[in-house]
Amino acid sequence: MKFEISQEEQPTVMVAPPVEQRVLDVRGLNFYYGKNQALQNVDLPVARHKITALIGPSGCGKSTLLRTLNRIYDLYPGQRAEGQIMFNGENVLNPRDPVDESAATSGRPRVGGDLSRLRARIGMVFQRPTPFPMSIYDNIAFGVRLQRSVSKAEMDEIVQRSLTRAALWDEAKDKLHQSGLGLSGGQQQRLCVARGIAVEPEILLLDEPASALDPLSTAKLETALVELKDSFTIVIVTHNLQQAARISDYTAFMLMGRLIEFRPSSEAFVKPETEAMRDYVTGRYG
Amino acid sequence: MDAVLPSPMPGAPRIDNPGGTSAMKGGDTVFHALCFSAAMVLMATLVGLIVALVIGGWPALSHFGFAFFTSSVWNPSGSPDNPEAYGAAGPIVGTLITAFIAMLLALPLAIGIAVFLVEFCPKRLSHWVGIAVELLAGIPSIVYGMWGLFVLAPWFAEHVQTPLMLNLDPDSFWGRVFTGVPNGANIFTASLILAIMVLPYIATVFRELLLSIPPYLREAAYGMGCTPFEVVRNIMLPYIRKSAVGAVMLGLGRALGETMAVTFIIGNSHAFPKSLFDSGSTIASTIANEFTEATGDLHISALIALGLVLFLITFVTLAAARLLLGTEKA
Repeated sequence: MKFEISQEEQPTVMVAPPVEQRVLDVRGLNFYYGKNQALQNVDLPVARHKITALIGPSGCGKSTLLRTLNRIYDLYPGQRAEGQIMFNGENVLNPRDPVDESAATSGRPRVGGDLSRLRARIGMVFQRPTPFPMSIYDNIAFGVRLQRSVSKAEMDEIVQRSLTRAALWDEAKDKLHQSGLGLSGGQQQRLCVARGIAVEPEILLLDEPASALDPLSTAKLETALVELKDSFTIVIVTHNLQQAARISDYTAFMLMGRLIEFRPSSEAFVKPETEAMRDYVTGRYG
Repeated sequence: MDAVLPSPMPGAPRIDNPGGTSAMKGGDTVFHALCFSAAMVLMATLVGLIVALVIGGWPALSHFGFAFFTSSVWNPSGSPDNPEAYGAAGPIVGTLITAFIAMLLALPLAIGIAVFLVEFCPKRLSHWVGIAVELLAGIPSIVYGMWGLFVLAPWFAEHVQTPLMLNLDPDSFWGRVFTGVPNGANIFTASLILAIMVLPYIATVFRELLLSIPPYLREAAYGMGCTPFEVVRNIMLPYIRKSAVGAVMLGLGRALGETMAVTFIIGNSHAFPKSLFDSGSTIASTIANEFTEATGDLHISALIALGLVLFLITFVTLAAARLLLGTEKA
């Protein structure tokens, strides 16, 4: 089945959080893989300490959108983004843009075009678990050490706190100095979450983090994510609509590189406004 | 091999196809025999080579015993006061030292080249640098030897060796390390040439190893806020560590056996090398230099025994490389 949808037929439905609650604000984003345009004029407000879910059929651009937020796409020549991604008043796509001094900020220093500083503050968890080839302890300590020197006692505390928050402490506390590669897939993924939050980012991006996990591991991961939103802002790409409905506060439905519907999840799943999202949610395609 | 694998589906063609069609079976047998004999020819050559080396080298080895490896008296023109003697300590040590120094010099450069090509280099430039590295690997060793003798050695003697010797106290530690006849033909320049020669091999293997790192691991490291340097140092290099040792061994194997370039520039002295800038010899250069002049049976046998030693050193090195590169799968 192929859906040809033009902008006129599919107006974007946007029920956005108020500006002062947005920690990240995507405006008019276009993204290109070489000559192929993968995102068209996408807006995405991300509310602080909420979970925003990106849903849509395969190839709709939701992963691409996520990968623009911390500019991880920059690793690949030929991929480029145009538009604005406002983070604490700065446009992360173009650090030379004037800084919006009126924007709400977290009070932390500006990123100023430094991609490693940006990525330390917008962490990412990938579809496949990606533990580094080192011990569980070092997997978490690694990112922290990159940013500042930490005493052994403080590091122990950070490791314990991060693992606890990622709901992995009980399973990992007796083998902290064993390789992270020895954990099960679900544990590895929670280790990646723990690693991501250990450096205290403001935002955590998750790209289908549960797609390789069994239902029990998925449930543990979801529980961890819901508890994490007290401290972090979470953006999650998921194929699992139940998961999006269960854990997210806002849902963005995308189709063919466009944002079609953005609303609080409580409304979006109960009564989708656009025909496309209604079709998707009721399982007509995807 | 004798185990009978169950067919996945009734009637599905079997992969090992023992029955086949009758027409195919005849052709298959011939094909099988041809491939088998090709492999056997190789094995027979290898075994024959070892046997020939052992038989040829035996007179010298049995005559001098263990002193063949420990003595550095190499005297082919025997006289009543000064009997004919062959002790290979000089060439053996020369071989190991030049190869070792060559690896020491080439390794950081090779890592630098590979990391640059994989991680930092713009695509177009990467293409050209890649070609340059391949060209470097393709230059015949005699060309390196000539360049070493006519260009590198005089330059080195004038601009490095002489100033060092003039400015260092000859009795100090460094003075003794850097002493030697200032003609540029010595252990160090030979190692330098060797380093240039093995560089493309190691760099190429390192590049392949770095390219084999799963992209998600790189992304995860960058996603943590690592700078490119931190990604390379903390994630990428540790990831390839084990295979990298294999790559180094591969380069080492080549450096150990290199003959022409080294013969040109090492100075060809059988004495045990006393300093970095002392002239010396390697096993390969000794054989190349003396084979045409060797008339005595014992002399020839000593050279063949040297060949056996080199074979064994190289064999061990390459076997270690294979093991570490993980290509030796049962």
